[in-house]
This record gives sequence, C-alpha cells and structure tokens, in this order.
Amino acid sequence: MAFPAAVAADRPRSAGPRPSSGRTVELFLVLGAVGIAVFGYVEVGAELDGRPPADALRYGAALGGLALLAHLLVRWRARYADPLLLPIGVLLNGIGLVVIYRLDRATPHSSAAPTQLLWSTLGVGLFGLVLVLLPDHRWLRRYAYSGALVALVLLVLPIFFPAVYGSRIWITVGSFSIQPGEFAKVLLVIFFAAYLAVHQDTLALTGRQVWRLRLPPGRVLGPVLLVWAVFIGVLVLETDLGMSLLYFGIFVVMLYVATARIGWIVIGLLLAAAGVTVVGWLSPHVHARVEQWLHPLASIQAGQGANQIAQSLFAFAWGGLLGTGLGKGHSILIGFAAKSDFILATIGEELGLTGLLALFLLYALLISRGFRTGIALTDPFGRLLAIGLATIIGLQLFVVAGGVLALIPLTGATLPFIAQGGSSVVTNWIIVALLVRLSDQARRTLLRVA
Amino acid sequence: MTPDASGRRPGIRITARRAGTFCLLLVVLLAAQATRVQYFQAKGYNDNTANQRKAILRYGQPRGPILVGGQPVTGSVATGGRYDYKRTYTDGPTYAAVTGFSSQLYGNTQLEGTEDALLSGTDDRLDGWAVWNAITRHQNPGGAVHTTIDPAAQRAAMAGLDGQKGAVAAIEPATGRILALASTPSYDPGSFAGSSSADQQAWTELQSDSDQPMLNRALRQTYPPGSTFKVVTAAAALSAGVVTDINAPTTASHPYVLPGTTTPLVNDTGSCDVAGLDLATAMALSCNSVLGYLGVQTGLNRMVAVAQDFGFNDPRLDIPVRAARSNFDTAMDRSQLALSSIGQFDTAATPLVMAMVAAGVADNGTVMYPQLVDKLTQSDGSTVQLMRPRPYRQAMSPAVAGQVQQLMTDVVTNGTGGPAAIPGATVGGKTGTAQHGVRNSAVPYAWFISWAKPSGSSDVPPVAVAVVIADSTATDVTGGSLAAPIAKAVMQAVLSP
Repeated sequence: MAFPAAVAADRPRSAGPRPSSGRTVELFLVLGAVGIAVFGYVEVGAELDGRPPADALRYGAALGGLALLAHLLVRWRARYADPLLLPIGVLLNGIGLVVIYRLDRATPHSSAAPTQLLWSTLGVGLFGLVLVLLPDHRWLRRYAYSGALVALVLLVLPIFFPAVYGSRIWITVGSFSIQPGEFAKVLLVIFFAAYLAVHQDTLALTGRQVWRLRLPPGRVLGPVLLVWAVFIGVLVLETDLGMSLLYFGIFVVMLYVATARIGWIVIGLLLAAAGVTVVGWLSPHVHARVEQWLHPLASIQAGQGANQIAQSLFAFAWGGLLGTGLGKGHSILIGFAAKSDFILATIGEELGLTGLLALFLLYALLISRGFRTGIALTDPFGRLLAIGLATIIGLQLFVVAGGVLALIPLTGATLPFIAQGGSSVVTNWIIVALLVRLSDQARRTLLRVA
Repeated sequence: MTPDASGRRPGIRITARRAGTFCLLLVVLLAAQATRVQYFQAKGYNDNTANQRKAILRYGQPRGPILVGGQPVTGSVATGGRYDYKRTYTDGPTYAAVTGFSSQLYGNTQLEGTEDALLSGTDDRLDGWAVWNAITRHQNPGGAVHTTIDPAAQRAAMAGLDGQKGAVAAIEPATGRILALASTPSYDPGSFAGSSSADQQAWTELQSDSDQPMLNRALRQTYPPGSTFKVVTAAAALSAGVVTDINAPTTASHPYVLPGTTTPLVNDTGSCDVAGLDLATAMALSCNSVLGYLGVQTGLNRMVAVAQDFGFNDPRLDIPVRAARSNFDTAMDRSQLALSSIGQFDTAATPLVMAMVAAGVADNGTVMYPQLVDKLTQSDGSTVQLMRPRPYRQAMSPAVAGQVQQLMTDVVTNGTGGPAAIPGATVGGKTGTAQHGVRNSAVPYAWFISWAKPSGSSDVPPVAVAVVIADSTATDVTGGSLAAPIAKAVMQAVLSP
C-alpha cells in the first residue's frame, strides 16, 4: 500500500491552476465559530445580568486571536489540511468555554472559565508546536516504543497520589492537577499504529482456525495480552472504568482495521466483558455505577432524593426540544462535576435536543473527517494513526455522553473539547493538530501537489 | 476465511470504513437516546417529585391573588433562595375555608388547588401566543380568582361561630353564588406557606390538633341534619300530593309507631302529641311524629328523588372545590325511612347542601348550582372566564315552593326559629337539633337553615344560609338558641348594604 504514495510523490506537479487548498473556507468557518461562541457568551450575560458581560469584547478578541493564530499556522505549515478540522475544534472549545462560564455564574465560589481559557491557550500553543515541529507524521514512528513506555509511566503515576472522588487518575501538586491518562492515550494510539503497521500481515495471516474464527498465533498474542493486562490493572488500581474501556475499545478497533479479523473483535469483547464483570463484582464503586444506570430513579423511591444520574436526566428532559436558553436552566442541581463529566446535561437543558443533536453532528463530522483522512492516506502507519485518533474522539464521546444520558453505566470521562479539564482540552488540541498534519498529507496525495 | 484465502481478506479501506461506520453508529445511538430522554420520556422526568424545576418555576414569580369583594385576601412575598416567592394571606383564618392553602412544602388545596394553574400562570388560557410562549418559555404572570364571597357575610359568619366547632354556608338563591363559607376553629394558611423549619412546625402542630382546624366543615364534613331535613320532607310530601293544604289536618295518628316496630317516634314538645296535626303547626313545632309519618306516606322513591334534587348523593358537587357527598339512603325499610325523613338514621349533609335546601325553597323550587368563583382574570384584569349562574335541579314546583316558604316563615314567626327574626325582613327558617353518638349521648348538633328578604319584596330572597354548631359547650343545645342567631347575623349582613 505504500507503493502508490511513492508514485504520487514522484509525479510532477500537474499543470494548470493550483488546486484549492480550502484555507479560505477554513478562515470563514473559524470566524463563524468564534462568532457563535462570542454570541453565546453575550447571551449568558444578557440573561443573567440583563446586559452583555463587561469583558465580552476582550473574550471575543482572545478567542478570535487564538483561532486566527491557529489558522495562520495551518496556512503556513499544513496548507492542504482538511478545512473542517480546525473550525470544529474552535467551535467545540468555544461552546465549552461559554457553558463553563455559565455554570461559573451558578457557583459563585468557584470559577473555572478563566483557567479553562488558559488551558485552551496552551492547547492552541501545542497545536502550533505540533505543526511546526512535525513536518511529517512518519517521524512519530521512530518514537513509538519509547512513547508507549512514557504512556505506561503516565498511567501508573497517579497510583502514588491520593484518590480524588474515588478515582486515582490525577497527579496533584499543590492546587495544580493534571490527568496523565489523557496524554497517555495519544501516545498509545501512536504505539498501536506503529506496532500494527509492522505486524498486520503476521496477525492477519497466521494462527489457528477454531470453528469459523481465526485465533491469533501465540507469538504475537503476547503483546496484546500484555496491553489488556495493563488496562485491567489500571482499571482495578485507579478504578477508572471510563479510561479503561476507552483504551480497550481503541485497541480493538485499530486491530480490526489493521487485520480485518473478526476473531479479534470477539476475543476483545469477551475479554472486556469478563474484565468489566469481575471488576463490577469486586469494586463497590463500579458496582454502584451499574446499579445507578439500571435504576436511575431507585434512590428517589427509596426516599434518598435524586442521585446524579437522575438529576442529569431531569436536566435533559427539562430542556425538551428547544431548551430553556442559556442561563435559564437548573443543571447546577446535578451538583458535583456539573462542569466536567456532566457538562453535556447543561447543554441538553439550555440548548435542548436541537442543540444537542447539532453538537453530536459536529463530533460526527470531526470523526468522519478523521476516518476519511485515514482512508485517503497511503502509508499504513499514518492511516492507522488517523483512524485511531478519530476513534478516541468517537469512543470518548460515547462513553461520557452515553453515561450522562443513562445509555450505558456512568464512567468518569471528559467530553472532548467541552468539559472542564486542562489535560483534556490540551490533549484534544494535540489530536486535532495530528489530524491536521495527517490530512495535509492525505490531501496533497489526492490533489497531487507536493 | 482460510489461511490461504488472504486475497479475499477485506482491504484496509473496507475495514476502515466499517470502523468509521461503527463510530458514527455510536453517535446515532447517542442521538436516539437523547431524543428518548428529551422528548418521549421528558414529561415523566419533569413531573417527578424529586425534580425541583417545576417548583422553582412556580415560586419564581408572585402567585396570582384570590379576591373577595374586589380586594385581594392573598399576597405573595419574595423570600429569596431557590424558591423565591411564598404565599401570604391578609386575613388567613377568616378566609381559610374559601382559599385553602398554597404551601411550598405541602401543596395546594381548595381554591388554591383547583385554580392553581391560573394562579401560578401555567394555565393555557392565559396564553395569547401559546406557540411563541412555548418556544421562548415565556411564563405568564399568575391570573386572579374573583370569588363570590361577600366579605360582610363572611365576617359575620366567623364572628358568630366565634371559634366553636361549626360551619356556615350562605348562598344567593337566584344565582347559586356562595356568599359565605366559614369553618371554625380555623387556621392561618400563611403559617406554613414557606419551606422553613418554622413552617414545618406550624404544619405539624395543625395536623396533630385534635380540634382539626384544617378541616373545612362547611364543605368537607357531613353531619346528620336533624329537623332541618323536615323542609325536604315537607317539599316532597307537598309535591307528591300527600299533603295539599298546609293548614288542613293530616292523617297522622298519635302516637306514631315506627312501621314494623313497637317503638314510637317521640317528640321534643308535648304540643306535638296530637293526632291529625296540620303540617304548618307540625313544622313550626318541629314534630317528629308528623314528618316521619309523612315521609313514609310519600314513599322512598319520591323522598330520594327530592333529596337528590337538593344535592344529596352527589359525589361530584364541585364549586369548583369538591364538596363531600351528602347522604340520603336509597334502600331502606319504612321505619328507617321515617327516621331518615326527620334527618336521622344515615342521613347526613354538608352545611353547603343544607344551604342549597334553603336556597332552593327561596328560589321558587329551582336549586341553582353553587359557585364560589365569579370570574377568572389575567393579571391585567382582562377576563379569562366568567361564571354564569346555572340551574342544578328543579326540586319542586313554584306553587309547592310557595307553600314551603310559608311553612318556613311560620317557623320563625310562630315556632322554634324565633331567634332568627329580623325586623323589617321576611325570614323563613328551620331549626334542627340532631342527636348522635352512642345512644345519642354526645352533645347534639345544632342546625339552622333559613332565607331572608326585605319585607314586602316580591323578589327572590337575596340570601339563604345554613349553620351548624357541632360541639357546643352550651348547656341548652338547640338549633334555635345556638345556630339561629348566627344565621340572623349573616342574613343581616347581606340585607343591609
């Protein structure tokens, strides 16, 4: 599959006008995204105070400046990148900032929006850094194994720090805390992509046949089982079901894409089910989550009031089709984690089903653009990397949104780009930067420009 | 899929498309679940008792007023906090039987309950732009409930009851408008309107009070009506032709032995113990033997029919607050019918229904549907709904009604109802002293029902009233001595502008 890429690179630039890079479209979309976010910010102030927030202009300028900077970096370093990726990132990040600001107004003693804006700035900075320092994604292949090692360390590190709200996923130094698992997932996807790009044929073509399923050969099964063990270990030691499911899902999806072996998926699902069952049985924390998912209103009937899932469902239901409008909802009744894990409930309540579906559409667009990039790329590593990154966004969205909508048991995970959390927003900008880099490569091949 | 069939292994583009489809399918699942929660299941979640949103919305704006005589008897005060506005009452105990209560913790009852949608602003009829309001979630300010209550009559009733266990219901006979609705001992509905611990304590104390101050005795409690029921029996006997001339001797014997038994139906006064007594005298002296006899002569079916025309046995008498069902048995033997015809045995009535009896006689036989609400308006005063008088039943012909009016007038001028006489007015009434308890050992219920009009007026009397004193401490408990003066005060309040 690498062969056509070489051909494309050697082919002389086609005559005639230079193909459209899509940068002008991107510029307008970015400006539109900033406009929507600023409008939301003004709307919150207008609703809660009767006038736009005093710093609306400064906020708009900051967000617009960041977005323009990112756009110029793309224009400079990844001219042919997919023009939808950056605007979607800007819009999601902007919506997140608005909703966090709105929730800040309901919690006078803790304001998270300024910090989130700071982290977003850092995220855009890293976005630029990736574009500048990484002209070719294939360089990442060289550091895949050392990256995996770093990822393992990052995953294990929080065990030595105190548990926060029942989960050991934070590293806390003073008032500063990061969630290393967020960064680890990108490093792991790079590792998976590199590993599978090399071994996909071995994995696909050898092994024993059992009934209709082809089982992998023992030799290559080793690393797979090791990965599984690590994840279960993380799950048990850090009681973070969400992250664990996410890692596992990404791995299984990438394995399937690389090898086309249904057997892998079956094994993966069986192992995941076994792991979740055992942990759900052993860990009271996880067991309680499953119970709450099955019977979200049980605590009300028991006279203990509404639990968080019930409050989350109340918020969504109150939003109805059109929502209450920004600032008019009562999602703060959810209590703890309203700005992070449960932030989707605020969007559902205040922007309604309409707003929620629009948001899902944005994510779907981002995911499908990631997959498109992967399919258009010709080198196996880049292809698997793009697909892996898009899968991160898809699965993470499903895990967190499914949790707060009571579609699946609630697991702590952050809504990409929107939820409060510095590590998360920074990681998401890195993911988008990598997708921009990959799509630049893919579209250069398609458009036959060097 | 065999090892050597690698050529048929789907290519990476295909697996990538499948994986992409899988991820998008997850998003579709999320969209489906969101639609389910936000659209199909929304009502259930919104109505959940643990969901505070409806309460937050409800108490987020002042509640509309309830008005008596054009003046609000309720208010709304901002308290801050999650539930902002709480209900206040300008004269809570006086109008508690009219308004009911609206409490952040304990819900809404009576008028506050039946008219809640209008008062809280959620009533669709307040919407000028229903669709636009649904989209913008605009909340209408609460509307106003204008009651039919006459403040002077209400105050007279409360002053007359003076904290004794009892109730008053007064009706304008021609329209059915309720002029007074009083129940004592009363309570202040404002004392537990909020959600503080003081509110909770006030509620608990009221709930555990053995005097049951929160019981609306005028509407929600039935008592054996005793001799006041003789008005119904007389109307039925006259309608059936059992008696044609109220001053002519009847066929009643003396003593009157209850059919099928050896027990005579005794009278309170010796003047009754005469055979063939005429109906006018029997009513004036409240003779049990004559009226019991006439009830049996009239027959069960006709007695039941007339009683039901006055509101007995109606399980859904909504004014719009629902009144308790007053009872007149529909299957009895003749001795039970004799007792029921003098308001004993299983016969039981709310003060409201006994007021309907007096009003029906006063309104020439037409019983009007009793109504507590005059009109509903928006906050700007424009009318949402105007209540029009409507007939309930025709209980008797105008001719028979004229005869019963004469009987009731005689009770006041010549009989037991003397204390209700008003100078310058024609008053018709009937006393009742109902025995109850084991072997009639309890303090009797003292009843009085009446109507009044200015002397010489040929119009329908402007007021009919029923009074019951349930548990008097007085030594001589009779309807004439205890209840009639209260009825008189209420009627005077209506007659003198």
